[in-house]
Amino acid sequence: MHVVIKPLTGNYAVAWAVKLARVRVVSAYPITPQTTIVEKISEFVEKGEMDAKMIRVESEHSALAAVYGAASGGVRAFTATSSHGLMYMSEMLWWVAGARVPLVMAIVTRTMGPPWNIWTDHSDFLSQRDTGWLMMFAEHNQEVLDSIIQLFRITEDPRVFLPGMVALDAFILSHTTEPVNIPDQSLVDSFLPERRQPYVFRAGEPITMGNIPSNLEEQMRMRWDIHESLEAAKKVIAEVDQEWSKLTGRSYGGLIDCYKCSDAKYFIVGAGAWVGDMREATDLLRSEGYKVGLVKIRYVRPFPSEELASVLKNAKGVIVFDRAVSPGSAGPMYLDVATHLAAQSVRVPIKNVLAGLAGVDVTYEDIAGIVKSFVNELESKGTISKYIEWYFG
Amino acid sequence: MSEGTHILPLAKPKEGLSKTGTWRVRKPVINHSKCVKCMMCWLYCPESAIDIVDTSEKFVEINYEYCKGCGVCTRVCPVKAISMVPEG
Repeated sequence: MHVVIKPLTGNYAVAWAVKLARVRVVSAYPITPQTTIVEKISEFVEKGEMDAKMIRVESEHSALAAVYGAASGGVRAFTATSSHGLMYMSEMLWWVAGARVPLVMAIVTRTMGPPWNIWTDHSDFLSQRDTGWLMMFAEHNQEVLDSIIQLFRITEDPRVFLPGMVALDAFILSHTTEPVNIPDQSLVDSFLPERRQPYVFRAGEPITMGNIPSNLEEQMRMRWDIHESLEAAKKVIAEVDQEWSKLTGRSYGGLIDCYKCSDAKYFIVGAGAWVGDMREATDLLRSEGYKVGLVKIRYVRPFPSEELASVLKNAKGVIVFDRAVSPGSAGPMYLDVATHLAAQSVRVPIKNVLAGLAGVDVTYEDIAGIVKSFVNELESKGTISKYIEWYFG
Repeated sequence: MSEGTHILPLAKPKEGLSKTGTWRVRKPVINHSKCVKCMMCWLYCPESAIDIVDTSEKFVEINYEYCKGCGVCTRVCPVKAISMVPEG
């Protein structure tokens, strides 16, 4: 196989994936740090390297509405945003999921204001977790490119038929260059079938979407159907990961990825770019004799309930890192992990560390130090004094 | 769930359930001898309650089950062929 490796930023990796997926309509409103995604796509279109229509709009709400309209009309569509742009778009996220129209969006995760801040945390992305979209975090730029292509296939699978989002951390991925293997167009064409979707709006065949229901139970069942389809997506995600692995040699484990888990007693759980730092922290802790493993959560929706339980069922302790908080409660990832382990009857001490919010830098030494204190406290006292803890550095 | 079957928020257009014609206090009446078949009333009716019938007696017809009596058709008619009459 002909291998092309290019140095790409995370944002350019997104643009390449969108081009390879043969997306036909793109619409977006500029916002740092997303802008260079659609700038690159625009360049592809202007050079005639990509057969797509770029629609300029006055807001993010309109950007998602435009690509939703295009996707309803039967074409593959894409948009991207960040932070405040995602909040402005939020109403449309519900419409797209409720309408069951597959499309893909990239979210460059960025802190919410005030005060204004362009650095990464996961508050923007995770605040949208109840909309009904598939949601996944990428760890590095290769995974960004591969995941966007995979997500077109997953969202357009008849068992799923829902939109999906890929999160990449502001600057750490979006503006940092890494070598990225760009698959052949023919490989992507063989992997992505013709677009499928539950219905298409066509002239001469009038249908309406979203009219006031005459039967309220029917609407409750629509919400149930979205939930069931996300559950069904777990199998599709695993299948797609295996097929991609056969074609490219790259597998990410589907819903979760494990690092040094087989003999581990204590587990770090995290998602996003800082999982790379957590790998280094795991190596450092291992070199000092700590039996630590790392579980990277790729998909937050659908949430990998059974997969996490099977890895963590014999754990002595679990420490969940959140780069966002639901003030007055805990980190969103922690809430999900604790809930699903309880639902799977896994009884284990779970600690939440709230770190790296507002783009505060967290190094692998920071992570190793936090995990070390957690393990030492559990081993000496058999319990944890503080289950939800803020780490400011 | 069987593959690809989902509960969708879709509907095919049909006549509305509530007859909005009961809201009307004044009713538009067309003088068909004046009508120049320009279709402006058909185009502007916000309820789509005006149909093109194109028979020997009349070109357009108002569906009084749904006409709310807003009077837009009387304003857009270039030959003043439509007048508002109080409901009996």
